Amino acid sequence: MEFFLQNVVNALQWGSFYALIALGYSMVYSIMMVFNFAHGDIFMTGAYIGCGIAALLLGLFAAFGLNVPGWATLSITIVISMLLTSLLGMLVERVGYRPLREAPRASAAITGLMIGIILETGNLAILGARRLSFPELIQSTTYDLGGVFVTNKKILIVGVSLALMYALSRFIQKTRWGMAMRAMSYDYEVVPLMGVSLNGVGLLTFAIGSALAAAAGILYGLAYPVLDPYMGVLLGWKAFVAAILGGRGSILGAALAGFLLGFIEIFVPVIFPSTLRDLIAYSIILLILVFRPYGFFGQAYSTQLRL
Amino acid sequence: MEEAIVQKRTSSAKIISIPSALAGTPMLGWLVGVLCAVFLERQFGDLLAFELYLPKIPVLFGFLIVMKDPSLIPGALAYVLLIYVAPVIGVARLSVGVTNRLAALLDRGPLRLSALIHLTLFYIALHYWADLSDYRLVVLKLTMIAVMLTLSVNVTNGYLGEFSCAHPGFMALGAYSASILSLFLFTNSPMFGRAVLPAWSGPYFFPLELIIGGIVAAIAALIVAIPSFRTRGDYLAIISLAFMFIVKSLIENLEWAGGPRGLSGQPGWSSLHVVFVWMVVCVWVINNFVRSVFGKAMNAVRDNEIAADAMTVNTRKTKIAAFMLGAFWAGVAGGLFAHVMRFVNPGTFGIQRLAEILAMVYFGGLNSVVGSVFGAVSINLISEMLRPLHVYKWIVIPLILILVMIYRPTGLLAFREFDVKEILKPKG
Repeated sequence: MEFFLQNVVNALQWGSFYALIALGYSMVYSIMMVFNFAHGDIFMTGAYIGCGIAALLLGLFAAFGLNVPGWATLSITIVISMLLTSLLGMLVERVGYRPLREAPRASAAITGLMIGIILETGNLAILGARRLSFPELIQSTTYDLGGVFVTNKKILIVGVSLALMYALSRFIQKTRWGMAMRAMSYDYEVVPLMGVSLNGVGLLTFAIGSALAAAAGILYGLAYPVLDPYMGVLLGWKAFVAAILGGRGSILGAALAGFLLGFIEIFVPVIFPSTLRDLIAYSIILLILVFRPYGFFGQAYSTQLRL
Repeated sequence: MEEAIVQKRTSSAKIISIPSALAGTPMLGWLVGVLCAVFLERQFGDLLAFELYLPKIPVLFGFLIVMKDPSLIPGALAYVLLIYVAPVIGVARLSVGVTNRLAALLDRGPLRLSALIHLTLFYIALHYWADLSDYRLVVLKLTMIAVMLTLSVNVTNGYLGEFSCAHPGFMALGAYSASILSLFLFTNSPMFGRAVLPAWSGPYFFPLELIIGGIVAAIAALIVAIPSFRTRGDYLAIISLAFMFIVKSLIENLEWAGGPRGLSGQPGWSSLHVVFVWMVVCVWVINNFVRSVFGKAMNAVRDNEIAADAMTVNTRKTKIAAFMLGAFWAGVAGGLFAHVMRFVNPGTFGIQRLAEILAMVYFGGLNSVVGSVFGAVSINLISEMLRPLHVYKWIVIPLILILVMIYRPTGLLAFREFDVKEILKPKG
């Protein structure tokens, strides 16, 4: 039983990365009707920005002789990185996606893919191929809950993720911009006719999605302190799968699908040989898609591919 | 009445306007010009390179030499002008009278004869061009394989309108099937035991191996095609993506097929003429397919599936046919690739390969055979030419593609017809 619960804890942590990144994908997909394949690399850039800010802060605090607790540094890091990465996200939208708003969606997707490659290669060119290690901000303490070992980092990661998701859902439900975004996910063409700035909604969507990805990046850096320029690729594509699995237009669906993917990826190696993990995980997803073609909470809609 | 219903032929006009002086040259003239240039290079290339202070014959039209040492730009430019541009244009224009008459003669005969003669001339030119350097040979072979791959992706992504990410998986299946057959039947490999059949019979079995590889890929395409009945667009993208990951993971877990380490030791049966013939057959088959009723059906399914269904198009059959054909040629391309590189491993068929393939298709143009050929050749050549830039190559190429996407979202040569008879016609 403890073994099962232990894996549940691990799955919650692993799933929260997928969920946060999938939320970004899902928001852009539901609201702007386009795939942002650069999102995984925005996650990677967010992690690197967080690493840089954290190192900067630690250096600053040490220079001034301040004794700032780890969680405070972490909070400041997260906030600043989210802001900076959301700026990056808005830049990506402005440069890559706004000119292609009337274009076929596949072309916008390819543009996103290329922007992602530029981000990766830019990182590789600027920072070199050596992996970066995330500064140690919080000492790891392990709590023993009746045989299940939970580290404070895991609690932090899951807690922060859930808090961010809750904040996002309040934003979507309670604010006017959130209402505009929900409206756009129902009917893309009519909303600009109602006086809502399409550019504004686009920028905001990308900004929020990128901020979430940055948070995921920093949390990932906490859990696995080694960063390399290609860390966003696999994670990004898997989160993309989770986002589509959750269904179009549903934030809750994306988050749930992210956690589900995390659970599948953690529990499959428990039962089957671990080399078969990807094989079985993707076969399960394929099966889910065969039986629920529109994802968990997506509504069936007639896809008129804009070609 | 028929004229009103028949669709107007899509234009085959070029992007850039060719000066009228050059427009009067038939394809035969250009081929003769290219042949002269190639033979000129064979005879005088070394001497000219020496005279122009170039370290050696420029292998790829001078781009590599120029990237490494910009001071050689005038020399490389002079070389290109003297060996390539001047002979090609000069001989083509000078012989225009003769070649136009020959082209008119061939035009009266069967199209296949004319095409065969042109292709033979083209192949001779390629063969002697590639003869000067091993690097040229490999680049040429890989470019031809890329052409096949791009065409196969254009069938599903361009003509059928699906966003299919499954082609690296199809390529992997074809590559591995062909490799396993080669290694098992014809080589004494440590993994598969002694050869079953004599080694000299290998090249005769090679086409059969490639076809088997293609068929394996085509059957696997059903995994992607059948869900496409119910879902479209976005969901099919993930199904195809999941398929790609599954194939990659499957191969990594098959220890008897090498696993993550891959397979090596395939015999080098992919010589230039083999790859060339397969590429020509691929272009021919796919061009005929997309110009046929099936092609129109695919376009109809892409533009409005419900309307197509109402107009008696069998959408299921169309989708299955398109996916299986695309997968077959991707599998054949994979088999050829395995025997060119003489090594395959699952890592070659991942996201990187997907990005390259999509770049080639979208750069060249959707829904067009000539676009696919152009895209594959361009991106491959650009990729090779920018090699001296090392990692910055992967900033320049995506930038080029983003610019193309912004200004021509469906690609540079999209929606064009490839009419062989028009191309081979006498022009004057």
